[in-house]
Amino acid sequence: MTIFIELLLNGISLGSVYALIALGFVVIFRATEVVNFAHASLLLAGGYITAVLSDDIGFWLALLTGIAGAALVGAAIEFLVMRRYRGADHSVLAIVTIGVDIMLVADIGRRLGTDILSVGDPWGDRVLTIGAVSLAQTRVAALLAAGLLITAFLLAFRYTSWGVAMRAAAENAGTAALMGIRLGRVSLGAWAVAGGLAAVAALFLTVFPTPGLEKSTAQVAMKAFPAAILGGLDSTTGALVGGLIVGVTESLATGYQGDLTFLGRGLGELAPYLVMVAILLLRPAGLFGTKELARV
Amino acid sequence: MGGAALEVRDLVVGYGPVRALRAVSLEVPEGSVVTVLGGNGAGKSTLLRAISRALSFHGGAVTGGTVHFGGRPLHSLPPDRVVAAGVSQVPEGRQVFARMTVDDNLRAGALGSRGDRPAKAAALRRVRELFPVLAERSGQRAGLLSGGEQQMLAVGRALMASPRLLLLDEPSLGLAPLMAARIADTIREINSQGTSVLLVEQNAALALRLASYAYVLEVGEITLSGPADELAASDEVRRRYLGVVDEDAAADASQADTTHPVLSRWEG
Repeated sequence: MTIFIELLLNGISLGSVYALIALGFVVIFRATEVVNFAHASLLLAGGYITAVLSDDIGFWLALLTGIAGAALVGAAIEFLVMRRYRGADHSVLAIVTIGVDIMLVADIGRRLGTDILSVGDPWGDRVLTIGAVSLAQTRVAALLAAGLLITAFLLAFRYTSWGVAMRAAAENAGTAALMGIRLGRVSLGAWAVAGGLAAVAALFLTVFPTPGLEKSTAQVAMKAFPAAILGGLDSTTGALVGGLIVGVTESLATGYQGDLTFLGRGLGELAPYLVMVAILLLRPAGLFGTKELARV
Repeated sequence: MGGAALEVRDLVVGYGPVRALRAVSLEVPEGSVVTVLGGNGAGKSTLLRAISRALSFHGGAVTGGTVHFGGRPLHSLPPDRVVAAGVSQVPEGRQVFARMTVDDNLRAGALGSRGDRPAKAAALRRVRELFPVLAERSGQRAGLLSGGEQQMLAVGRALMASPRLLLLDEPSLGLAPLMAARIADTIREINSQGTSVLLVEQNAALALRLASYAYVLEVGEITLSGPADELAASDEVRRRYLGVVDEDAAADASQADTTHPVLSRWEG
């Protein structure tokens, strides 16, 4: 039972980090209807900036710079690349993001080489013990930080002018433009926010028990992809629920791997994708996604 | 002072190789209601989109001519600057943000306004006075409103930017006659508060009652124009847009009424 609770809590914490990534994904999709395959590179950029600077200027300042840097990279991608293709087909834009991703990951990968960078976080490998349940402090911090950021994001989405502009543009871009909403700004903001969220996620994907930032961190980030899709690509609630489902599934599948040896090794890596396929079979638009309706 | 008059000169608009407007010129004097009549595909919506600079969302482009508002050129501005200059459009088919609440729709309408906070609050008060139903339904999703209420929301949303000129694209479309009459009353009221109106309509009877001056647009060209009451009295407009038929046919129709069962009007 203790093991189960530990695995569950770990899963929720991991899931909240995936939710941060998935949220950025959904924000870009809603604002621009583009599936952003360059998301992992935003995350890598944020993590890289944090890790490189943390020795010199201290962890917290480095983290802030990392967040700002990733937001800037996101905004730059929008401004320098995506904006040039305005009016192009959305699937073409999605493929453009694959190209951007390959370039960015290649560059950061070249800088990283085979190194594993530590982000220099203050939690280290300390463990929080409550009764029989013990949990890494990093996991607790991840849960708190993600919860706080997600709440702040949802409040802003609901109540600020930025949120209203964002939702209006997502629902009907042409009409939003008639209201004087500047679509370029909305999409720039979406990319920047997605970058910032990804940088925070990068931090929690590279702290204990993970060894640190390395090239393969980008692949870990891609697990947020099934999270966003199974929640429904255009739903912020879906991103949260999807993130939690993926996190908990992965944690449980990894934890009970020993009892499931007949399925072979590495089930934890695979489980999120299996869940995604199963959910999409039942609900093709995802759990909270809007069904595409067309009147003929 | 140029005031707030709209001047369209020799406007040419194309969708790819297709010419939708050919050298259209018209004027909306400050404080007036002007209407553009015409059938489907005459280019009425295109005209409004060209003024509000939203053509690119529909694959069109202005290829010639000028649009001035209060002496300032609009034809080279992005859509948000047109709104900031005081020209708001209510799009055809209402286009409310269905998944957002009524209040959020109105907030979206205020995003393009140059006004400060008190100005926006005043705009909201004015909209709620014009359409009390929007205050009652403030927390409801716009998609759940009736067609007439959605049209009120669409007009209210455009008014949130405190425009000096309101572009209305077929506000009576798909509405019951009673609701269309209410929208007409509101347009009159908005105009009396000092906002000029350019009204595009297929419902010529309603439009000619509201407007002081009218243009008839056919296949991208202005074919007739004049004071609204003169146009309403002209034979051609009566026959083609007001559905007035000669008297024999009318007599036949009234006889037919007595011999066939008649459905009563459905008042929803």
